[in-house]
Amino acid sequence: MPFTPKSGKFNASINTVEIGTGDKAVKIGGENVFPLYSFDAPIENAPKVGIEITDFGMEHELECIKKYYEGCTTLAEIAAKAASMEGVDFLSFRMEGGDPNGANKSTEELIGELKEIAAAVDLPLVVCGCKNAEKDAELFNAAAAALEGKNAVILSAKEENYKTVGAAAGLAYKQVVGAESAVDINLAKQLNVLLSQLGVDKKSIVMNVGTAAAGYGFEYVISTMDRVKAAALQQGDVNLQMPIITPVASETWGVKEAMSSEADSPEWGSQEERGIDMEIETAMAVIAAGSNAVILKHPESIKTISGLMKELV
Amino acid sequence: MALKGLDIFKLSPKKNCKECGSPTCMAFSMKVAQGAVELSKCPYFAPEALAKLSAATEPPMKTIKVGAGDAEMSLGGETVLFRHEKTFVSKTRYAMALCTCMDDATVEQKLADIAKVDYERIGERMFVEMVYVNDAPDGAQDYVELVKKAAATGRVLVLGVKDAEKAKAALEVCKDGKPILNGADAANYEAMNAVATAAGVVLGVSGADLAEIHDTVEKLEALGNKNLVIDVTGETVKDTFKNAVQLRKAALKDGDRTCGYPSIVNVAKVARGDAHKQAALLSLFTMKYGSIVVAENIGYAEALPLYGLRQNLFTDPQKPMKVEPGIYPLNGADENSVCLTTVDFALTYFLVSGELERSGVPVNLIINDAGGLSVLTSWAAGKFSSGTIAKFFEEQDIAGKIKSRKLIIPGKVAVLKGELEAKLPDWEIIIAPNEAVQLVKFMKDFA
Repeated sequence: MPFTPKSGKFNASINTVEIGTGDKAVKIGGENVFPLYSFDAPIENAPKVGIEITDFGMEHELECIKKYYEGCTTLAEIAAKAASMEGVDFLSFRMEGGDPNGANKSTEELIGELKEIAAAVDLPLVVCGCKNAEKDAELFNAAAAALEGKNAVILSAKEENYKTVGAAAGLAYKQVVGAESAVDINLAKQLNVLLSQLGVDKKSIVMNVGTAAAGYGFEYVISTMDRVKAAALQQGDVNLQMPIITPVASETWGVKEAMSSEADSPEWGSQEERGIDMEIETAMAVIAAGSNAVILKHPESIKTISGLMKELV
Repeated sequence: MALKGLDIFKLSPKKNCKECGSPTCMAFSMKVAQGAVELSKCPYFAPEALAKLSAATEPPMKTIKVGAGDAEMSLGGETVLFRHEKTFVSKTRYAMALCTCMDDATVEQKLADIAKVDYERIGERMFVEMVYVNDAPDGAQDYVELVKKAAATGRVLVLGVKDAEKAKAALEVCKDGKPILNGADAANYEAMNAVATAAGVVLGVSGADLAEIHDTVEKLEALGNKNLVIDVTGETVKDTFKNAVQLRKAALKDGDRTCGYPSIVNVAKVARGDAHKQAALLSLFTMKYGSIVVAENIGYAEALPLYGLRQNLFTDPQKPMKVEPGIYPLNGADENSVCLTTVDFALTYFLVSGELERSGVPVNLIINDAGGLSVLTSWAAGKFSSGTIAKFFEEQDIAGKIKSRKLIIPGKVAVLKGELEAKLPDWEIIIAPNEAVQLVKFMKDFA
């Protein structure tokens, strides 16, 4: 009996969401097959790769990241440099300093920085918050207004602040709304439903269903994404057909495999290599599980993942 | 493919003799279909009916054993495509590649590198379990000598060799270690089959594409050899991924038993010289259906995330991952450092220990035996209470091992403070924040 592979094409598909404007705009999602299964049906939009910078500029970065930004002094220069790295599809700006338990920078200051960055690059923008739901609501409200017309991704609305963030980003300023939940398919779906009820167009929602570094409870990430894609494609659940965007760098560069210095862990070898591989392997795993875009930090990781996506899809 | 109770009943003797323990043949058939009893419990099944049924009840993917003694491992035997459906049973194994095309210095270096990665993570030994010994057409090294050196590492070998005579000679020196002979293809399968079966080892099958491999596997099965693995490596990364996924899907979803064998993915071949690309592919083929993944190098940089990923992916979704209860001194903590206690749920442990390490404050992390549940769940189940903590402190002789009398407890179980003060009167009980992310600031302020 000869080998006859059965097609795994579905009738339903993941929504296509465009981010950014003009020539540099990118599309994510749109596929009607499981992640990367381009042999079942063509995948029009290969998973995209973004680069992350924060409002601290190079202040808190490791030496192995800093060296790529030598000579950059302002955030605008850092942003322009980041945007010029090989394989970068979009730029992600994390307003880490807004955290009331951290540097507690004012909204005005951070939005001023955001505007500087937006003026310096023409790549699509993703705006990330400081993880404090209350402050994020304020930050995202202002960010959505500041980036009007840029079709940016506001990453993201959570259960605690979806009304403010959804109304500002989705309704008032027509940005793409990120919906963030913590590795649970039901929570992910619920937030999408709530945002739609608020009046946000389902086609301008992207999901961050939660993530972790490889080895750190990553099984929940895999199963959540596997199940979200299965529900979206096999069962045609319109409340889970939003593409997934996963911030990877902010998880992987904080674990000890990436953080521990060569002096502290001599047997582990080069810290830079450990950081890069932690980022690459985690990114590849979340893409294999269903992420339509990932946000990374090290230029070498970005080059590798972005190159591989072009080969695979 | 699951067999229905009625299908079994049709073939049953229909005597209702009760010798199997079931009241009727119908009841017995239903139990067999559910997997509750073995078919062999019934002494009266006709041999032809048995043959028909055992073929149908055969698992969709074979479990292939390789390696000898302590190094023995199982490959394959999977029943589902996604881990949430049931459980993945045989974790992906990793091999480092040696080749006759390498010079002496490189071979020595590789042999040393293979032994480098060796550590423990949540009770599991993490190391490079296999060595792939490739015979390149224009290689300068003597193949058998190279195999001898590889065998000396004690790892399970995969012999990548297409020449039957060389394969025979190589197996002479290593067959006791139960290696895999990865050398059969459409052209040489008969000769290779003879060599592999004579040595009693698993045979690897490769080909231009899955259709050709499928044909070769059918022919080998017709020769009576079902002790096989399939090398799905194609010309490109894309082909290789396609082969790996389609093979597993055909076996588990479409019931094509000819596809039901473990796979070998050689990323050293499709991403030669690019360590970062190989790292990405090690991750990809761990996620998607590689039983053995071969890379040029697996050092700590590649291994740390990879083995963590594998450990996560292959855990049983119905069983929480646990860490060993006990005292974990962090950031150079000694007996005078403050203590912080939490549960043995692996995710809690990793989050908490990660944040504590980031704080840089020396602290003794005391992991309680809480049945592998999270803080609130174990508290609700009575497995993480003032009583269990006090008992654990006594059993482990914490007071004898540590001089500090400050104990930080999770913010989520702040209610335990009063009871703990009563049960551990020498200790000052301090309440931590609710979430692990707040620990860095908390610990810094505390210190």
